[in-house]
Amino acid sequence: MTNLSAVQPIPADEPINLDRRVPARGGFSGRLLRIELARVLRNKRTMIFTVVLPVIFYAAFGATQSGTFPDSSIDVKGYEMITFAVYGAVAAAAAIGASVSVERAQGWSRQLRLTPLTGSAYIAVKVVCAMVAAALPVLIVFAIGAATGAKLSAVEWPVAMLLAWVCGSSLASLGLFIGYLVPSENAMQILGPGISLLAFAGGLFLPLQVMNSTMQTLASFTPLWGLSQIARYPVLGGSFDGMWLVSALAWVGFFFAGAVWCFRRDTKRV
Amino acid sequence: MSCQADDERQICHSFLRGNLVGMMTTTATGVPGSGIDPQGAPAIALAGLRKSFGQVDAVKGLDLTVQPGEVVAFLGPNGAGKTTTIDMMLGLSKPDAGTARVFGMQPRDAVARGLVAAVMQTGGLLRDLTVRETVDLTASLFVQTRSVQECLQRAGIDDIADRKVHKCSGGQQQRLRFAMALVSDPALIVLDEPTTGMDVTGRRDFWSAIRQDAERGRTVLFATHYLEEADLYADRIVLMRHGQIVADGTGSQIKAMASGRTVRATLSGLSDRELAAIPGVESVEVRGESVLLHAKDSDSVARHLLTQTNARDIEITARGLEDAFVALTSDEH
Repeated sequence: MTNLSAVQPIPADEPINLDRRVPARGGFSGRLLRIELARVLRNKRTMIFTVVLPVIFYAAFGATQSGTFPDSSIDVKGYEMITFAVYGAVAAAAAIGASVSVERAQGWSRQLRLTPLTGSAYIAVKVVCAMVAAALPVLIVFAIGAATGAKLSAVEWPVAMLLAWVCGSSLASLGLFIGYLVPSENAMQILGPGISLLAFAGGLFLPLQVMNSTMQTLASFTPLWGLSQIARYPVLGGSFDGMWLVSALAWVGFFFAGAVWCFRRDTKRV
Repeated sequence: MSCQADDERQICHSFLRGNLVGMMTTTATGVPGSGIDPQGAPAIALAGLRKSFGQVDAVKGLDLTVQPGEVVAFLGPNGAGKTTTIDMMLGLSKPDAGTARVFGMQPRDAVARGLVAAVMQTGGLLRDLTVRETVDLTASLFVQTRSVQECLQRAGIDDIADRKVHKCSGGQQQRLRFAMALVSDPALIVLDEPTTGMDVTGRRDFWSAIRQDAERGRTVLFATHYLEEADLYADRIVLMRHGQIVADGTGSQIKAMASGRTVRATLSGLSDRELAAIPGVESVEVRGESVLLHAKDSDSVARHLLTQTNARDIEITARGLEDAFVALTSDEH
């Protein structure tokens, strides 16, 4: 057992100071961000699902193929590389967002309300962590893609990476929404299969071209449709459909608004 | 109530300095420069505080003023409304009516300045962090802090600093919550059943650390349902029952209030109602031929029994501490 009595007390002539300040930026700081990022990076489960899995998928479905899709000049490896980079980024961003549910279940969100950290600073930390976590699968899958002969032009490489990262990161909003909506630690269990389902439904895993027209119409109303089309635009080429952007902004806006609404309900009740 | 007067004076003071708008902005956003001077304000000022959950009135019009430097025990049985009151004091929940001020501020503003810290009973820890990381993270949120190492040492957990939280025992987690509360060097520390899960040594060490800080002027308010803990460590005991304060004073005052005696006698011919009507009798128990009469002024009851009734075999016994507590907080009178 430890012994407190051996510890030197703070001298009594050092009185408690009442003149205090409120931290800048609602408590958002580099030191806080560093600890939070360390938590993300050493979470084996998150790393397996968001980095290892997309790499395996690309190795299985992308690296083994060669040439272009029939009747087009689209490089199959390049296409699949973007697909699984986006998938990894979406999974990572959503997982980090949804980690708020675990923190709520463990009473950490309530504990934070006994500190200067504001709700928006807390969400900002989660969003930055989600963006960092989303960058990992993008960088790694693209590096492996480059090493295995995926063909993109000199301009397409950075643009495709940036788009995959931005589109993936934006789904942190979905994670936050689920994280605040679902009580207890079940958010992760819902999110894993949920993202795969959305990836199929929205034409990320299953190209829209192989769907019939009814399926294509349905697909266009799901959250990953616009985002995956935007992310793949550098390799697909052709005309840019404004509806992609509308779909992406509408869904991300909806998830974020939902997250904010649930967050407010949460802090009122606790 | 003096707290209301203080409160109004605070507002008037700010208003005269043209700072009312500034103060209200602070209330909403917690920005500094509010013009509120925590110096001279009571550490805690609760006035007319009410809170109900559905049909249950948890706190029913509670007034309490605690001056800086006091060590106050918040004593009451489970369900008395202690935790609900503490939640409102910390800004974790909103009162249905009444006001809660901490150092003259809204609780949330005092929290944002690191003036208040709390040790809660359960939860509030991230399982995947180490002990040191938890205190480090907490420290990163405040402007003015003590060193992380010092807080770990004072809570007696520097030897397990690199242990993951989920591998810590209940007592170690409780020490960790204490270390987290120390890190902002708060002017008020609120402890909800702080020694739950601690062994005897743990309790003693914990209270010696609390007393050391009280010497420096830290205000301490702790909730407990152990009368002995309240009596040993608090300068002042506030007794709560059914969402209200039923007694407020030093340990010996509280004990004196509750420490009636029991008069036991063998008698016949008197109904319960007639026994209860004897001057000074607070409650009556009948056990066959014997009756037990609880009273503060046992002498006058005994005198009455001997002179006005056929009572015999009279015994007078003092109540223990626990009985005193039960007497003050139970429903029976």
